Amino acid sequence: MSTDEIKEKIKAFICQFVQNVDIPDDEDLFASGLVNSLFAMQLVLHIEKEFQLKVANDDLDYENFKSINAITDFIGQKDLNSETK
Amino acid sequence: MDLGLTPEQIESRKRFSDFVDEYIAPVADQNDRDEHTPVELIKRLGEQGFLGAFIPEEYGGKGMDMVTAGLLCEEIGRGSASLLSLLTINGMVSQAILKWGTRAQKEHWLPGLATAEKVAAFGVTEPDIGSDAKSVETTAELSGNSYILNGRKKWISYGQVADLFLILAQCDGKPTTFLIERDTPGFSTTPITGLLGFRSAMLAELQIEKCRVPEENLVGKPGFGFSHVTNVALDHGRYCVGWGCLGLAEACLQASLSYTSERKQFGTNLRGHQLIQEMIADMITNIKATRLLCYHAAYLKETGDPGMIMETSIMKYFASRMVNKIANDAVQIHGAHGCGSEYSVQRYLRDAKIMEIIEGSSQMQQIIIAKSGYMNFRLEKRKK
Repeated sequence: MSTDEIKEKIKAFICQFVQNVDIPDDEDLFASGLVNSLFAMQLVLHIEKEFQLKVANDDLDYENFKSINAITDFIGQKDLNSETK
Repeated sequence: MDLGLTPEQIESRKRFSDFVDEYIAPVADQNDRDEHTPVELIKRLGEQGFLGAFIPEEYGGKGMDMVTAGLLCEEIGRGSASLLSLLTINGMVSQAILKWGTRAQKEHWLPGLATAEKVAAFGVTEPDIGSDAKSVETTAELSGNSYILNGRKKWISYGQVADLFLILAQCDGKPTTFLIERDTPGFSTTPITGLLGFRSAMLAELQIEKCRVPEENLVGKPGFGFSHVTNVALDHGRYCVGWGCLGLAEACLQASLSYTSERKQFGTNLRGHQLIQEMIADMITNIKATRLLCYHAAYLKETGDPGMIMETSIMKYFASRMVNKIANDAVQIHGAHGCGSEYSVQRYLRDAKIMEIIEGSSQMQQIIIAKSGYMNFRLEKRKK
């Protein structure tokens, strides 16, 4: 899946949770208060189901989830790792 | 669309039901009066593999599908809500380890938790912190290869006997979860007695005084203790509680059907009175509605659907409200007998109230369910 495709899917998911806001790709979702803590697990479940990935202990890094760009990079990297295994 | 159970699920339910009828229901009232769960009963649950219902086979559990595990919660809840809470909290800790623990943590802890060799408890609530869980006041400070924990936890189910505790603390102001073993120096528990319900769930207050916890007992990463670790546990807890409410409601219904078939007033069985029939009809209908919500949540969980969090919240909210109405009516139907110790319905009513408070109160569920409703409304408007 291309980076653009991943980003579009992530944007579509996040847009469900955000009211009347066009979120910049590098906006910090959590620091800006755009989403709540329940969203964090919903995002994990969405990534796992939509992209057929397992998010685990080693992936728990704020840098992986903080923005649309960060999530897109994280998924791309995980995808790459699973392909090279 | 097939909402029926598979032959295997029907067989499992029969096995659970027989176990509850033989070992749990006959002693539940006495355990409630004693405010105690016999250790033999906990061991027996372990031998049956019931405490490992949600733990995969590779870690010594039964790896049940979500409907079968739900049916187990229902049946245990029918026998004793207190004992259901053992299944619930053990599962909450197991699921947190399973999802966010390291490979070493899973291999070290899960096989023991699956067989009741070890009992786990979940330590989030504190004397001054309830629903606002991410603001816990227990602290953790890094010291060499360990963390030093200080704080108090309260209302911890099976805290009197648990061997392992999953504790939420603030580490440099970031919510973080740790596993603490009972024999850790500085760790002690004080029984809480005289509770309204869950009287045999052996609740305790935990004192955590300069407890040195090795860094390999950190679950997840600092800062992810509430949003990820605790939320996985709470979601699981709500799932067990929702199904357990279904079982508790079924117990109320069965008691009411039996009593009204035998008790005579004004020359006829109570079952012949239409005002009694109204209550029985509402019980049956509400139980059926709850069961459908339980099945839906099970389906979403089984498929890993992100919608499972909201649906489990809705299911728990509805089930816990429903069982309060039903238990209240069951006592009403039993009249003075329902208030005495000869019948179990007074225990059912006291336990039902607890269901509305644990793993997220009804009011917390209402907030997130309503927010979700507005979110969906907004989405629909955008689509048009």
